[in-house]
Amino acid sequence: MIRFEPRSNPGPFLIYGVPVLAATIAILLAAIPLALAGAPIFKAYGLMITGAFGSVFSVSEMLTRATPLILTGLAAAIAFRAKLWNIGAEGQLYMGAMAAVAIGSGVVDGPSWVMIPLIILAGMAAGALMLIGPTLLKTRLGVDEVVTTLLLNFIVLLFVQMMLEGALKDPMSMGWPQSEPIIDSAIFPPLLERMRVHIGLIIALGCAVALAVLVKRTVWGFEIRAVGENAPAARFSGISVTKTMVLVAALSGGLAGLAGVSEVAGTRGYLATDLSPGYGYAGIVVAMLARLSPVGVIASALFVASVFVGADSMSRAIGVSSYLADLIVAMALLCVLIGGFLTRFKVHFDRKSTAG
Amino acid sequence: MEIIDILLAASFWEAAIRIATPLIFGVLGALVCERAGVLNLGIEGIFTAGAMAGWMAVWLGAGLWGGILVAALAGGFFGLIHAILTVPLGLSQHVSGIGVTLLATSLSYFTYRTALPDVSSPPRIEPFRPLDIPFLSDLPFIGQALFSQTAMTMLALVLVFVTGWVLYRTPLGLAIRAVGDNPSSVEAQGLSVYALRIGAVVVGSSFMALGGAFLTMSAFDAFFFGMINGRGWVCIALTVFASWRPGKALIGALLFGAFDAFQVRLQTEVGAFLPSQVFLMMPYILSIIALIVVARKADYPKALLVPWFKGQR
Repeated sequence: MIRFEPRSNPGPFLIYGVPVLAATIAILLAAIPLALAGAPIFKAYGLMITGAFGSVFSVSEMLTRATPLILTGLAAAIAFRAKLWNIGAEGQLYMGAMAAVAIGSGVVDGPSWVMIPLIILAGMAAGALMLIGPTLLKTRLGVDEVVTTLLLNFIVLLFVQMMLEGALKDPMSMGWPQSEPIIDSAIFPPLLERMRVHIGLIIALGCAVALAVLVKRTVWGFEIRAVGENAPAARFSGISVTKTMVLVAALSGGLAGLAGVSEVAGTRGYLATDLSPGYGYAGIVVAMLARLSPVGVIASALFVASVFVGADSMSRAIGVSSYLADLIVAMALLCVLIGGFLTRFKVHFDRKSTAG
Repeated sequence: MEIIDILLAASFWEAAIRIATPLIFGVLGALVCERAGVLNLGIEGIFTAGAMAGWMAVWLGAGLWGGILVAALAGGFFGLIHAILTVPLGLSQHVSGIGVTLLATSLSYFTYRTALPDVSSPPRIEPFRPLDIPFLSDLPFIGQALFSQTAMTMLALVLVFVTGWVLYRTPLGLAIRAVGDNPSSVEAQGLSVYALRIGAVVVGSSFMALGGAFLTMSAFDAFFFGMINGRGWVCIALTVFASWRPGKALIGALLFGAFDAFQVRLQTEVGAFLPSQVFLMMPYILSIIALIVVARKADYPKALLVPWFKGQR
């Protein structure tokens, strides 16, 4: 029979190796759907790699995709650390984007060093508020935050649609439901000439480092970890669980909101209802692949982004559905979950069943 | 007065029951899983998989009941993945459920796109027809509201009674409820906690898949991307609202269906004054309100979300 024995101290090989292995297995498993779809497997993998890394342009595209994923990944990582199950990053992202558009499309104007921080703050505040609500419902009334944050994603998307057909509609858009463009002084400047990768990437990297310092080196970080590991014990030792949860909610929602700001002000230039192809949900995968480590989020966001960009380019070239990327990402999540089990437990295969 | 007229029309209740049907399947599935102690957030993806697999089986010529079987098997398959990850391995039920939703959704979309690479309008099947039961379907009011639904709605209603009977009137049901409250007591009786939990999740997931199949095989006749649109998550909220009881699940789903049918009719009356999105938001807002209303007194299965390992005391 099979026995599981807890490991007291998994070594660095397991901690860093398992996520890499999980990602690799997910990519290899993609050969099955590729084969069933009748695609030339080796050619498909080759096209995926060149699609993500083959030129300066494709690397720029990959980094552009990674930017929101780092931010939503951080949003999930910090929330999950405190066992606040925020599955609403998608909605928080759209609220952030909407706040950025509301302020950054001409209502106020100023130099870039005013406008860019202004729309960032507005977007982060909007995203934070979207999560503080469900968090207070959880801590005060015991309402499950998983369901409320999930349902809010749908409500927010409809709300955005409503605003884009109403107050925020661009009169010049020929009837398309989209917002007025972000004004030039609020646009995130590109990092490379004629490339799409923009200053949002630097901001996202900065957030990852700042969050790592916060979690590892500050009292707040300690309290967040304590609440996540054992809320009753944390409460007993004098930590205010509600306060910590609200702080985590503000951080997590704010980061997701920032992802929305970065997408409208850096990548798209205006708000439409197809701004995010599920960055909020993919952020959960990014965070889990990173084992909730803020610095690890950078690496796993790069992986997920290259899967998306690579698969997109491959599917255009040989006509395989680009849903393959979502499939790889989902399999990576399940693989890393199983891998996480193997880092925490040793598996023994005994010849004879041992009683007791 | 118009409101009274709306509520008294048989067509209104016909619509309410039709809207409620996928939710009945979904809530029953969710409550079977949760009664055994396992939250199944794979529900949204399992709905999608059931909708796609059932539809595709019919489209390939398996017949409507063949489609139902295929949908249930697809649901059971994804349920089994969730069960293995969360029961013997004891991994996070939240993360595994989200993972199953992502996997089932992307696999369904990928399969659909691969089978039908470049169709602009989705191909249609011949869906379940409204029943025409001699005498019953001709009754005034209830004949139209209830007995002219499709066979899948009848299946959902039968499933409510079967689930209630199994859970409360059989030793198996007692064991399932016990395994969600106090798994060690079940172990002490010599029953397998793992087998009961895995079995409940697989069966519950196949119920969920039927909810999805209803959409493509009865309510509509084709599969669309994004057609599940949060129905699975609504079911998770309704399960709490129904306090994990099949009878209350039926009432909750019907209330929800009635409200949804009502707001659609209200929209035609006052739609000029409010944007359509306000009405489309209603089901989600209603689900959140339902959760808030029952949150204080919600009696969650005691071992829900708590992993249990063999040999643990």
